[in-house]
Amino acid sequence: MQLPLETYRLDNGLRVTLSEDHTAPIVAVNLWYHVGSANERPERTGFAHLFEHMLFQGSEHVAANEHFELVQRAGGTLNGSTWLERTNYYETLPSNQLAIALWLEADRMARLLPAMTQEKLDTQRDVVKNERRWSVDNQPYGTWWEKLPALAFPPDHPFHHSLIGSMEHLSDATLDDVAEFFRTFYTPDNAVLSIVGDVDPVEAKGLVQRYFGGIPRGTGRPSLPDMGVPPVFGEWRREVVADDVMVPRLFLAMRTPILGAADYFSASVAGAVLGSGRGSRLYQQLVRERQLASSVSVFTFDLAKGSDLLIVDATARPGVDGQTLEQAVGEALDAMHERGVTSNEVARAVALITTDLVTSLQSAQSRADKLSQFATFFGDPSMVNEQVERFQAVTADDVNRIARARLGRDNRASLLYVPRETPEGDGPDGAAWDDVGTKPEELA
Amino acid sequence: MSAAERPQPGVPRPYAFPAAEWQRFANGLDVLVVPLRRLPIATALLMCDAGAECDAVTLSGVASLTAEALAEGTRSRDAVSLADTFEQLGGSLDTGVTWTHAECSTTVLAGRLSDALQLLAEVLREPAFPEGEVTRLREERLAELLQQRTEPRGLADDMFARFCFSAASRYARSEGGDEETVARLTRDAVVAHHAHFIVPSRSRLIVVGDVDVDGVMQLAESALGTWQATGATSPAVEVTPAQAHRQVHLVAKADAPQSELRVGHPSVTRAHPDFHALSVMNAILGGLFNSRINLNLRERHAYTYGAFSQFDWRRRASAFEAATAVRSDVTAAAVREILHEIDRMRNEPVSASELSLAVDYLTGVFPIRFETSAAIAAALAMREGYELAPDYYDTYRERIAAVTVDEVLRVAQTHLDPARLQVVAVADPSAVRDDLTALGIGAVREYDATGAPVTSP
Repeated sequence: MQLPLETYRLDNGLRVTLSEDHTAPIVAVNLWYHVGSANERPERTGFAHLFEHMLFQGSEHVAANEHFELVQRAGGTLNGSTWLERTNYYETLPSNQLAIALWLEADRMARLLPAMTQEKLDTQRDVVKNERRWSVDNQPYGTWWEKLPALAFPPDHPFHHSLIGSMEHLSDATLDDVAEFFRTFYTPDNAVLSIVGDVDPVEAKGLVQRYFGGIPRGTGRPSLPDMGVPPVFGEWRREVVADDVMVPRLFLAMRTPILGAADYFSASVAGAVLGSGRGSRLYQQLVRERQLASSVSVFTFDLAKGSDLLIVDATARPGVDGQTLEQAVGEALDAMHERGVTSNEVARAVALITTDLVTSLQSAQSRADKLSQFATFFGDPSMVNEQVERFQAVTADDVNRIARARLGRDNRASLLYVPRETPEGDGPDGAAWDDVGTKPEELA
Repeated sequence: MSAAERPQPGVPRPYAFPAAEWQRFANGLDVLVVPLRRLPIATALLMCDAGAECDAVTLSGVASLTAEALAEGTRSRDAVSLADTFEQLGGSLDTGVTWTHAECSTTVLAGRLSDALQLLAEVLREPAFPEGEVTRLREERLAELLQQRTEPRGLADDMFARFCFSAASRYARSEGGDEETVARLTRDAVVAHHAHFIVPSRSRLIVVGDVDVDGVMQLAESALGTWQATGATSPAVEVTPAQAHRQVHLVAKADAPQSELRVGHPSVTRAHPDFHALSVMNAILGGLFNSRINLNLRERHAYTYGAFSQFDWRRRASAFEAATAVRSDVTAAAVREILHEIDRMRNEPVSASELSLAVDYLTGVFPIRFETSAAIAAALAMREGYELAPDYYDTYRERIAAVTVDEVLRVAQTHLDPARLQVVAVADPSAVRDDLTALGIGAVREYDATGAPVTSP
């Protein structure tokens, strides 16, 4: 399975990738800026995400909230999101509406600042504070989004601090901060554009050149401090949080190879052996047999610098205490660390991952997002076409090597939530990532 | 051309909702097949008219428990072996219920469809329902309900259903049932639900993907053609409202920094002829980012991260609701603004620009909703579940485009009833009680997180 693609750069450094698919009259436009919460100043946590909200407040030729209106009027969907290392903006539209999406993205990349006002900043600051209350403070376990990275990365590391930001830092953000962040990071040479779907490449290239070609290059983004961390924590670090929850829930992180590393694939397969599907070890042992947990899942943060995190998320059954849950997860990790996995387990995990990959590529927007991801982090969108093969090449030996290296007791950071009655722990405080506006749309 | 000049759209390229080949087997089973040549993948979905609407009210949740328990083994495979067999094919076995139907589905690489279909058929025809696994699933549902007491969004949704429909209605409780009814569920109830409702004459197989129609029909015939079982008829669904008048229901979540709000009332069925006009009306009121409710509460007042309205469509009676989460000190103000927007919708015609935004959006995104094999299968399951016309998707866009300003006003006046709105706030009572009372829109009643009434201090 090979997706056709063509990639090139404009003179100003913008990397563009086109992938044609004429099976439906749809086009996906996806723009990644190589900036995320990792690039924030320590006294401005949450700023990258607040800034993402400001990008929907208009630009020189687009009025406030008109961005949404123009895309929706064109029959398209849109959103944006902020993550540790990147921020993305995207639209999916009927294919005859490609131009309006490109024009809107270009207008805000070229000319955001003339539209910025104190009133808009104040409103979006309050919207984001409400987003924080909604996703972190008024949500059981919601603070895990900021507590786990804080536990897993050292205090001066760019991944340590809260993505959604503290209320205090959000209050401190100024229009000058908006201008500086924009000039530093929102430049064509710090962005990639992917266009997927029912497009004529000649026409699409012409539009891209017309709208983006004249935007000047940036002056270069400041480099991040060294992101490197040791491959393991060197300990089993633990934090217990007493919170307004009914049952304990454990988030246990392990440092694993970064996205793009050869062993990233083996680590992902190890994660799927542990936690994907009802046939996974954690489901079978903790949910079905011992009935200590009501649900388990395992996932990665997909970080491309420093270290990735493989995370086990397990919720206790009522009546099961947190220590018992943590011990049981620990035993499952010990078993894989010491005795490895079978080739049958690896085959199951790889089959599931393969289906998930192919399934996600059915959607033009997910394809575009993957192209942008590989273009941003590795300068090579064609890596999307290697993914299935790379996963299928993973063997039990590969998984055992990673389990041996990364699943031991010297590489665990556990964040355990327990109902508030217990003596330990502290109060809520928080981080998360989220989209600019989420609400179900009218269904056909 | 200058940067200020907005581009105009090109010529739209045609789109048609993928056509399904249809066949009815001798045992009453319908088979729908949609070939889709994009990627080498296929989704198979078996649906049975065995959804939550089939539950006796006192056994609310049995349909859901039955659907989940289908995945826990068959006469010839235990639960572990069944899960592993599916997952070796790269598919997960997804089972669950909607209000109208029970579903078993999987998505696999197209070359593995034959094996996957055989397994799906086995799951539906010969489930073992092991006592231990049924008990475990029931306990997991009770655990989920327990957790919900501190989860404000789910709690608000469940409380809204309870204040919307009378206690005799299945719709007063969520699809999975509540603590009272789930505690009653047994393996016998699951076996009986399966025997009554999971039978060929109440079932449909939907296959979408990179497949050959004749090949799938043959596979289906061999997997399901010999399935023989006679079921029962569906029970009637009681749909009387819980309340005749507008009231405010304050559900306590001490120290909550935000109030979860739901404002709405029961409404018409999914198959109602006003559906398309209601869709357009709701898009303007609260369905789009630039809807009146979101622009008012989020962009004008910054009360919230988002506010929207929707019809929670159902086969026998839907619910209209506006929903948002706002900071505690503006709870009453947010309710007032929502009521204001509902009134405005009924009192004056929408502008031509609002109408065209809603219509262009709903018709334009139509193909974007059906990009994946799973999305198309789900769309067909919805059409069948709600008993909509076979040409429902073929006529959807033209019917949306035909909605007028006058029709939007008519359906707002006909189907939004401010005097019957139930207002639910999951909130910190001490922070919102006085303001909600002072709003003067109806009696304020208070409850704890289990829904038990409490007297205010």
